[in-house]
Amino acid sequence: MLKILKYSFFDLTRSRWSYVYFLFYLLLSSVLLFLNNDLSNTIITLLNVVIVLVPLIGTIFGVMYYYDSQEFTELLLAQPIKRKSIFLGQYLGVATSLSLSVLLGLGIPFALYGLFQSNVIFDFLILIVVAVFLSFIFSALAFNIALSNTNKIKGFGYAILVWLFLAVIYDGAFLIALIYFQEYPLDKFTLVATLFNPIDLSRILILLKLDISALLGYTGAIFKDFFGTITGSIVSLGVLAVWVVLPLWRMLYVAKKKDF
Amino acid sequence: MVEFKDIHKNFGKNDVLTGINLTIQDGKTTAILGPNGSGKTTLIKILLGMCHSNKGDILIGDSTTKNNWSYRKNIDYLPQIANFPGNIKVKEIIAMIKDLRHQKTRDEELITYFELKPYLDTKLSHLSGGYKQKVNLVLSLMFDSPFVILDEPTSGLDPLSLIKLKDLLKKEQDNGKTILITSHIMSFVEEISDHISFILDGKVYFDGSIDELKSTTQETDFEYAIANLLKNDHA
Repeated sequence: MLKILKYSFFDLTRSRWSYVYFLFYLLLSSVLLFLNNDLSNTIITLLNVVIVLVPLIGTIFGVMYYYDSQEFTELLLAQPIKRKSIFLGQYLGVATSLSLSVLLGLGIPFALYGLFQSNVIFDFLILIVVAVFLSFIFSALAFNIALSNTNKIKGFGYAILVWLFLAVIYDGAFLIALIYFQEYPLDKFTLVATLFNPIDLSRILILLKLDISALLGYTGAIFKDFFGTITGSIVSLGVLAVWVVLPLWRMLYVAKKKDF
Repeated sequence: MVEFKDIHKNFGKNDVLTGINLTIQDGKTTAILGPNGSGKTTLIKILLGMCHSNKGDILIGDSTTKNNWSYRKNIDYLPQIANFPGNIKVKEIIAMIKDLRHQKTRDEELITYFELKPYLDTKLSHLSGGYKQKVNLVLSLMFDSPFVILDEPTSGLDPLSLIKLKDLLKKEQDNGKTILITSHIMSFVEEISDHISFILDGKVYFDGSIDELKSTTQETDFEYAIANLLKNDHA
């Protein structure tokens, strides 16, 4: 598996898109640091970009990579290699290279700005953790979509829909439900509904760490109220991990059953 | 010895294989023939574990191919359509597969034999169909495995390369390798194979030597004998 991971990773490091993605974050965080002149504020601004953009790029990139390497995958399938190793290796290659782009793109400007001497290093760390989690979650979802759809156009369509649903529509529908049922006690519902969306979960995780109650919103406030800051963070991290494991498990299951 | 036992496979409503029983003898060259879409490639893919049969079992020696991958160490497989990732070079893909399999190789020898030396630094997407097939041949034959599966090995090859391929395969036969081929070039099949298995409507319709085929169909010409098999069924 490590060899496949190595090849996928190096294949991606040669791809133009990895650099575009990396340079985008590099530029964005440099500009934000320059304009804000403050690490904390920049982290909050970046949070809003990261939780929308990382899932988008993760799904699109994942689907694109899978379809692009289909031919090579078939070549590999005839070799004496376990199926599981092939797909796990490719998935980890994509997820790691995406994570690395974010890590370096955000990390370099922050490090140069003096992150290590400041007291917000843990806030920054949690931003990176969230970005890495989202990269892993959404590339796993992308691989699931691509494996289940031989038709590329359909695959891309579903990928965009999944992103749109979790990043935009979910919150809207959720808000409408809250307004509509405002007469009822909605705490539990809110709590559970948040767990089902990794993007919401990531947002809450960072805001809990930053301890900005003004930005927490209804869901975050309930989360904090119910779990407290520490337990809340642990629960959301745990659920994010489940969000990685479940799609990954399904991906390997589908890959095992699939005919090539 | 490879033994196919009652292999069934359908893709949705399309029943491709409906009970294939077939034995491939060690050290012999068996040709799997059949009309387009008769499931030759599917049968090979099931043997390699790339497709899963709905029913039935394949035995290689004593062990089954199900939930097993290590038996592929002893198989060289030439896929039908040489689709390679386009953005890597010929020598890179050879190095990659070598690294993945970690077995003894004879790639240098084959590269010289198929005159691929000048193209080692060319990207695969820039190669012509015939050269892609040559790369395909090098990739699949370089491990010198005792069991060789060739799915349409002749496609895209010019007459000279075809002769070279035949010579190479004859050498492999002399070395006692088991070879399984599919091809639509009947002269090639006739020249190279000891045994014919004809698949029609998802079953093995004829299984025997070329001479047996000729005497069954009462044709003296191999190509006509095959055509006869097809015609009589649909008459």
